[in-house]
Amino acid sequence: MEPIIETQKLTHTYSAGTPFEHKALDAVDFYALPGEVVGIIGHTGSGKSTLIQHLNGLLKPTSGQILFQGKNIWAEPKKIRGIRFQVGLVFQYPEYQLFEETVYKDIAFGPTNMKLDAAEIDRRIHAAADAVNLSEEVLQKSPFELSGGQKRRVAIAGVLAMEPKVLILDEPTAGLDPRGRDAILETIHTINKTRGTTIILVSHSMDEVARIVDRLYVVNDGKLPFEGTPGEVFVHGDELRRIGLNVPQVTQIAQALNRLGVPVDPAVYTMEDAVRSILALRGKGGGAPC
Amino acid sequence: MLKDITLGQYFPGESIVHRLDPRTKLILTVVYIVALFSAKFVASYALMMAVLVTCILLSGVGFKALFRGMKPVIIIITLTAILNLFYNTNGTLLVHFWKLSIYTGGIQMAVMMVLRILMLISGTFLLTYTTSPIQLTDGIESLLGPLKKLHLPVHELAMLMSIALRFIPTLIEETDKIMAAQKARGADFESGNLVQKAKALVPLLVPLFVSAFRRADELATAMECRCYHGDSGRTRMKKLTFAFRDGAALVLGAVVLASVLVLRHFGF
Repeated sequence: MEPIIETQKLTHTYSAGTPFEHKALDAVDFYALPGEVVGIIGHTGSGKSTLIQHLNGLLKPTSGQILFQGKNIWAEPKKIRGIRFQVGLVFQYPEYQLFEETVYKDIAFGPTNMKLDAAEIDRRIHAAADAVNLSEEVLQKSPFELSGGQKRRVAIAGVLAMEPKVLILDEPTAGLDPRGRDAILETIHTINKTRGTTIILVSHSMDEVARIVDRLYVVNDGKLPFEGTPGEVFVHGDELRRIGLNVPQVTQIAQALNRLGVPVDPAVYTMEDAVRSILALRGKGGGAPC
Repeated sequence: MLKDITLGQYFPGESIVHRLDPRTKLILTVVYIVALFSAKFVASYALMMAVLVTCILLSGVGFKALFRGMKPVIIIITLTAILNLFYNTNGTLLVHFWKLSIYTGGIQMAVMMVLRILMLISGTFLLTYTTSPIQLTDGIESLLGPLKKLHLPVHELAMLMSIALRFIPTLIEETDKIMAAQKARGADFESGNLVQKAKALVPLLVPLFVSAFRRADELATAMECRCYHGDSGRTRMKKLTFAFRDGAALVLGAVVLASVLVLRHFGF
């Protein structure tokens, strides 16, 4: 399958030619297939925010290129706004960007910028609000009287209403309580399944990423040292720890058991798989009795 | 983008100029400005120029950094030059076309005024480049201390200034973030006429104000949690002290001012 979005040798240098020069991305090759859920993981300052801001043309590469549906997005710099409607980007703490009098008008901001007609804008607002579980009454409220979790839903709906083919979310669960976090992840999963939207999820929590992504990139120091399914990436537990990341807690337990001589699969990352893997050992009669 | 603004930015350093007491630097800056405006003739300008260049060299700030911050005032300087060039009718007539005429006095005046503005700005920039905002407000508070007797809220004003200065970079960063977020939703800040451009700022300004108020609220709470209650009984961790170098610098400053006044009196 052709990737819907990809970068080729993408390099970005901040403040080039000054003493503050800093290479944030170094020849990065990244891709996402249509309908895929891709995770990007890395600690603060690793370059992950710089990478995603290239994908919708907010930043211009120092060298290398970004292809959306096979076409260089900077081929016609004047049409870059068109790319931003196709590649939706939800920033970290997106609730701080709300500005309108009502939730309805705020969600309308993106579609209005697309110069759609009123009926289509209205349809998209309701569809987007529905997708993030916002009720009809909320639409007429001021965004400033909502709770933190609701505000974030409004902000996500604001991007979703543009009906992008690719939806990038930067730490969408930061600062939410466990229930709010689960609800947002569930929403993202549903958007992916029902609309077929390609999702790129940026996070620093392995546990969170492991639950919903198909494929995963690890960003460190402007490079992508590991790429693959969560299982493929998590077998590199020691290397990941060396760059300040960790594997999910379940995987940590499996790898610790492995070191003790219990042959559990070291790449498990969900509770169910771990249980299955441990139970399988009992069936074989190997390992220590529990 | 917005982060590139360097107007009055602090350059950390260890030079003698950095280590001077902020009060000394404030007094010297005032003395420098008075001397600059008293200077009328070539000799006194040369003296002031020498003083300025010496100070810049001592500070290690570098001429490049100093001039980079001057971009915003280029328009003012050019306007001053043009106005002085055409409106001064002293000396002999050099060029005349249409309604405009240039006299030797005009050229002299234009050069003098441009030099004066450039030197004024570099001098004051040197103060803010070598003194951190915190030191600066501490210095101002200390110098204005006697006004407390007249029940002027000197401490509160100084605190106000420190907080404002502290939050400029934060707000700039915040503006950058919100701008990017709205651009991601198709906001267009560049094209359109003046009215459209002003309207395009609403999605930027509303969140910015909201966040500024939120920050102010949080800061007030944090300060109250640490029992901040204004000036009365407040002690300092870092007390300002005058050293020998401060005395020496002040004497030198006085000498420069006196020389300029003497030169002016004798018409050099």
